[in-house]
Amino acid sequence: MIDIGLGHYLTLGAVIFSIGIIGIFLNRKNIIVILMSIELILLAVNINLVSFSIYLGDLSGQVFTLFILTVAAAEAAIGLAIIVVYFRNSGTIRVEEIDKLKG
Amino acid sequence: MIAHAIFFYVFSVIAVVSAIMVTVSKNTVHSVFFLILDFISISCLFIMIGAEFLGMIMLIVYVGAVAVLFLFVVMMLNVAQQKNQWFVSKDSSRHIPIGLLISVIIFFELIIVIGGWKYKPDLFNSTKSSLENGVSNTHSLGQVLYTDYIHVFQISGMILLIAMIGAIVLTFRQREGVKKQSYLKQISRERTEGVEVLEVASNKGVKIDD
Repeated sequence: MIDIGLGHYLTLGAVIFSIGIIGIFLNRKNIIVILMSIELILLAVNINLVSFSIYLGDLSGQVFTLFILTVAAAEAAIGLAIIVVYFRNSGTIRVEEIDKLKG
Repeated sequence: MIAHAIFFYVFSVIAVVSAIMVTVSKNTVHSVFFLILDFISISCLFIMIGAEFLGMIMLIVYVGAVAVLFLFVVMMLNVAQQKNQWFVSKDSSRHIPIGLLISVIIFFELIIVIGGWKYKPDLFNSTKSSLENGVSNTHSLGQVLYTDYIHVFQISGMILLIAMIGAIVLTFRQREGVKKQSYLKQISRERTEGVEVLEVASNKGVKIDD
């Protein structure tokens, strides 16, 4: 318990990853919260990469965390732009009412 | 070691609780605030285990840019009238139990993987770009980022450019009835179409059609 090792950080990453997935499924409100859950999932992946990088003594994990950060920022920008356009066209972003594709 | 454990548990408990609050909070603005809290505590963890540069970059990129972007969109879309209680209609909440089941299964799979890692710690050891002593984190990251990973770095720059162009193209719209200055029209005006010489009859005046 006292000796914090790699397993503790990986467990934290697993918990946050699962919370992100639960957030995607559980969400009945607007679609922005789904985007936030995707950010949580990417954050969990970053925790795993950084903790492996530190405990194995390899710097590549931190470099790839930097690239994941870039991709996450790009994805958030594009996703929010799509949401803004959708709201402008249909007037709602509630998950239940987005059924244009009849999926 | 005790201080390390205490800080780890404090920050990770804050991170997990705020991650839960992101998903269950009814107000979307509160969700964004909890997302910011989550990012801050995780970047404190990063700084604590020795990845200072990434912790600071997380603060700048996520808290400074992405979370503020989320806040802007939440404010702009007027989601106060979009919020509602949970599980409104029966047939839309049908897939929630299976979603929970899948999440729990994923969680236990990840835990099993971590346990398996614990029993085989020498699974791989890497020699390339290892962490050296006496060199700061930022320094060593910069040394590999601009040499070994230069192509990936440039590709990530292209990804950011494409994201910027895509966001602008998606949200751009031409509005009706907005008067704009047109330089081409102004400088291509000729004297012959701008000025007209008229014979003015007395006591009649001139009628200008406009």
